[in-house]
Amino acid sequence: MGRITLEGVTKSFDDTKVIHGADLEIEDGKFVVFVGPSGCGKTTLLRLIAGLEDVSGGRILIDGKDVTRLAPAKRGLSMVFQSYALYPHMSVRRNIAFGLKMARMPKDEIERRVAHAAGILNLTDYLDRRPGQLSGGQRQRVAIGRAIVREPKGFLFDEPLSNLDAALRVQMRLEVTRLQKQLKTTAVYVTHDQVEAMTMADQIVVLQAGRIEQVGTPLELYQRPANVFVAGFIGSPRMNLFEGPVAKRNGATTLGVRPEHLRVQPGEAVAPAGCEAWGGTVIQAEHLGSDTFVYVDVPGIGTLDARCTGELRVQVGDTVTLLPDMYQLHRFDAQQLAMA
Amino acid sequence: MARRTPVPRIVLTSVVAWTVGLVIFFPILWMLLTSFKTELAAFSSSPSFLFFHWTTENYVAVWTRSNYLEYAWNSVVIALGSTLVALAISVPAAWSMAFSPTKRTRGILMWMLSTKMLPPVGVLVPIYLLYRDAGLLDTRLGLVIVLCLSNLPIMVWLLFNYFKDIPKDILEAARMDGATIGKEIVYILAPMAVPGIASALLLNVILAWNEAFWSLNLTSSHAAPLTAFIASYASPEGLFWAKLSAASTMAIAPILVLGWFCQKQLVRGLTFGAVK
Repeated sequence: MGRITLEGVTKSFDDTKVIHGADLEIEDGKFVVFVGPSGCGKTTLLRLIAGLEDVSGGRILIDGKDVTRLAPAKRGLSMVFQSYALYPHMSVRRNIAFGLKMARMPKDEIERRVAHAAGILNLTDYLDRRPGQLSGGQRQRVAIGRAIVREPKGFLFDEPLSNLDAALRVQMRLEVTRLQKQLKTTAVYVTHDQVEAMTMADQIVVLQAGRIEQVGTPLELYQRPANVFVAGFIGSPRMNLFEGPVAKRNGATTLGVRPEHLRVQPGEAVAPAGCEAWGGTVIQAEHLGSDTFVYVDVPGIGTLDARCTGELRVQVGDTVTLLPDMYQLHRFDAQQLAMA
Repeated sequence: MARRTPVPRIVLTSVVAWTVGLVIFFPILWMLLTSFKTELAAFSSSPSFLFFHWTTENYVAVWTRSNYLEYAWNSVVIALGSTLVALAISVPAAWSMAFSPTKRTRGILMWMLSTKMLPPVGVLVPIYLLYRDAGLLDTRLGLVIVLCLSNLPIMVWLLFNYFKDIPKDILEAARMDGATIGKEIVYILAPMAVPGIASALLLNVILAWNEAFWSLNLTSSHAAPLTAFIASYASPEGLFWAKLSAASTMAIAPILVLGWFCQKQLVRGLTFGAVK
C-alpha cells in the first residue's frame, strides 16, 4: 500500500512562502508526475513528502498515518535523486544493499534482494564496480536499484533523467514506467519536461509559484485545462492564447486554440456558418516532413501557430486562412479560469 | 600531446626552487651540524661547515643529563590527545555547519578563526589562574585541553572546507536509506572525507608537537613535553649551542620523520581543499 495524502501543506524558507497550502490525494499504485516551470516548488513538495524538509504547516499522511514529523527513513519511501547521489566509495553491491544493512536485515536476505534487483536492472555484471566506473545510464539504474530493494510504499523521483542524453532518456523513461507498472508501487515523479509528464503519468499535478494549478490525467489536462497557465503549459507546441475582439465575439476574455486544431487553407476563404475564419500572412513555415508548422500573422489577433499533418506547400508571404475547430476552442474568463 | 617546457625555464625554476628550499632548510641543517660539533667549535667565530671534529658527545650528554623519553612520551600524549579530542569535537561541528548552515554559520566560522588572531599571552594570566585553581597546572590533561582549544578553529575550518565539497544529496540519500546521524557520519561522510580528516589530524599533531608557549608556561616537570626539554638547555647554565642543538634535533626528529612520510597529505590539507 502507498496512499499519500497532503492536507494544506505549506512551506516557507525564512519569510518566503514557497508552497501555499497544497492539498493532494495520491492513490495507491499510481504514477503521479509533478510538473511546472523551474522554481514552481515541485522539488520542494517532493522533499516535503520525503521528509528531507520540514513542513511549515499542514499534514502529510501515508496510508492514513500522519508522518509529518517522522524521519525520512521511517516513512517507507525511497528516493532517486537528480544527481543519482550514489556512495562513491562503495561498490554497486554495497550501494544497493546500504539501506537494507541500515535496516539490519539478515545477510542472506540482503544478498537475495540485491541479486533480484540487479537482475531486473541488468546490473549483475557490474556489482563489484564503483559508481565512478559506470556510465550515466548504469549509475541511474544503480540509483533505481537502491530504491527498489527496500520494497518501499512509494518511489520519489527528482528529475532523474535530466542528466542523460536524449536517446538514453527515452529508453530510461520506458524502463522506469515499465518497472513501476511491474512493481505496482506508488511513484511521485518530478520533472519540468512535459513530454515526460504526458507519457509517464497516470496523473499529472501542474504547479506554478507554489500552488497546485490542476490535477488530472494527461488527456484531461490537454483537453480541459482549468486555467490559462495550464492551457499554455501542457501541450507542445503550446496553445495559441489571445485576447481582444475575436475572443469577445466567442464570449471569452481569453481564447485558446491548439496548433493542431487550426486548419490552414491557402488563399482567402469564407467561414462556414457558425464558424470562424481568420485570414493572415505566413511569416514562417517549418517543414519537418511529418508535420508542417506554419506561423501566421493575423490582423486583430497576433501571431498564431498552426500544425498541419504532412507536407503543406506554403511559403513566407503567402496569404492563408486559418479555420479553427470550433469544438476545440478554449474559453477563459477575466480571472483566467476555464469557462464551462 | 602536452607542450614541452623550454629548457632555460626548467633550469631557472629549478635554481629558484632549490635556493628557496635551501634557505628555508638551512637553519635545520645548521642545527643538525652544530649538534655534532664540540661546544668550542660551535661557538667559533669562524664557523666551519663540514670540516670540523665530528662528535656525538652532545647527544650522550643530553641523554644522560635529562630524561628524554619522559619528555618525548609527554609530547606524544599531549599531541595525540589534543588531536583526538579536537577531532571528536570538530567533525560533528564541521558537519553541522557544512550541511545545515544557518545565517550565522559564516559569522561563527569567522569568530572561531578570530580567536587565533588573539595573542595567547593576552589570556595567559586568566588561564594560568583557572588552571591553578582547577589543579591543572603541570598536568598532561591541562595541556591537552588548552592545545585542543587553541587548534580547534583550524581543525573546524579544514574539515568544514572539505565537507562542504561533498554533495548534500549523498547524505540525504543515506538519510532516506535509514542511516541515523551517527551512521551517516561513520559510513558516508568519514570515508568520503578521509584525505581531509587525515591532513587535519596530521597538521594538528604537528602544531601540538611544536607548541611552546603554553607548554612552557603551564608545565614545569611532570607534564613537560619536548619543547620544554629544548628550552631547558637555553638559559640556566649559560648557552650551550652544541647541546641545545642536539636536544633540538632529538626533539624534532620524530615529527620530521612523520612529516616526511605524510607530506603529500599535508600539502593537500594546507591548500584547504583547493587541490583535488
